[in-house]
Amino acid sequence: MYQKMETRFTRGKSAILERSLTRPKTEVSVSAFALLFSEMVQYCQSRVYSVSELQARLADLGQGVGASLLDVLVLREKNGKRETKVLNILLFIKVSVWRALFGKEADKLDGFPAKVTVHWHKGTTLMIKFDEAVIARDKALEGR
Amino acid sequence: MSRQSNRTTDSKKMNAELFTLTYGALVTQLCKDYENDEEVNKQLDKMGYNIGVRLIEDFLARSSVGRCQDFRETADVIAKVAFKMYLGITPSVTNWSPAGDEFSLILESNPLVDFVELPDNHSSLVYSNLLCGVLRGALEMVQMAVEVKFSQDTLRGDNVTEIRMKFIKRMEENLPAGDEVHSRICVPC
Repeated sequence: MYQKMETRFTRGKSAILERSLTRPKTEVSVSAFALLFSEMVQYCQSRVYSVSELQARLADLGQGVGASLLDVLVLREKNGKRETKVLNILLFIKVSVWRALFGKEADKLDGFPAKVTVHWHKGTTLMIKFDEAVIARDKALEGR
Repeated sequence: MSRQSNRTTDSKKMNAELFTLTYGALVTQLCKDYENDEEVNKQLDKMGYNIGVRLIEDFLARSSVGRCQDFRETADVIAKVAFKMYLGITPSVTNWSPAGDEFSLILESNPLVDFVELPDNHSSLVYSNLLCGVLRGALEMVQMAVEVKFSQDTLRGDNVTEIRMKFIKRMEENLPAGDEVHSRICVPC
């Protein structure tokens, strides 16, 4: 989705593609979101038999949200340029993504792992485990 | 619900984007889990009902609205206070039936459907059906049985989105027998 598309590309396509992608002005209450989210968790819970299945289902739901958010945020805040280096992606998450989700930046950026797991230790820590290939590529890019 | 909240705090707002995307994720998941649109509509209504039953307590705690005298007042409270508080929009109340037991809410915008398009193979999906359940559940907790449905939907090609609400009956308050009375707030709206 791009902010401005030439009409010759959108003629015949839906009006939605013409809409602006600036931050919406409407605000919803946090309790509306909390109630919706709670119901979604309960829905997932009713369809699984284990905690790990529940977490997997919730993560699946989140993945779609994340993908859409990525496109919008990158367009809005980075002028369409996506980060490809590990540290920059993490910074992007810490600053932009967290701000879009929670209204403020994440507190700290620690350590480097692309499987995300949640740990509770003096507050909530999300651990992201990167594959070997990503680390290797990052090392190779460091030269540029 | 034992969360302490007084009227002036707890009106935290957030940008509608995450809310819209989250709702979209829910509807998408339901479409995968259920075979047809009718089932999804039913499920959305059911989930909305569960939300409404809890939302009403939050609403009564956070607004200074008292008991509604009649259905007209109820309509105004829903449109001007509740929708504003939770979704940041103010639908208009129109199309009253002569008997005063039915009205329409016209929504010019709806944060649930921002940037949403229904694909052709889901033409009978009532995307925002959760809202119907929420209204039904919330009003049931204040002793009003209502029927709520979408009579027009911009996602399905109409010019506006219209929710039709019909008053069915006043419900009996369910108080347990015996001396004890539950402290659950059931302020008739």
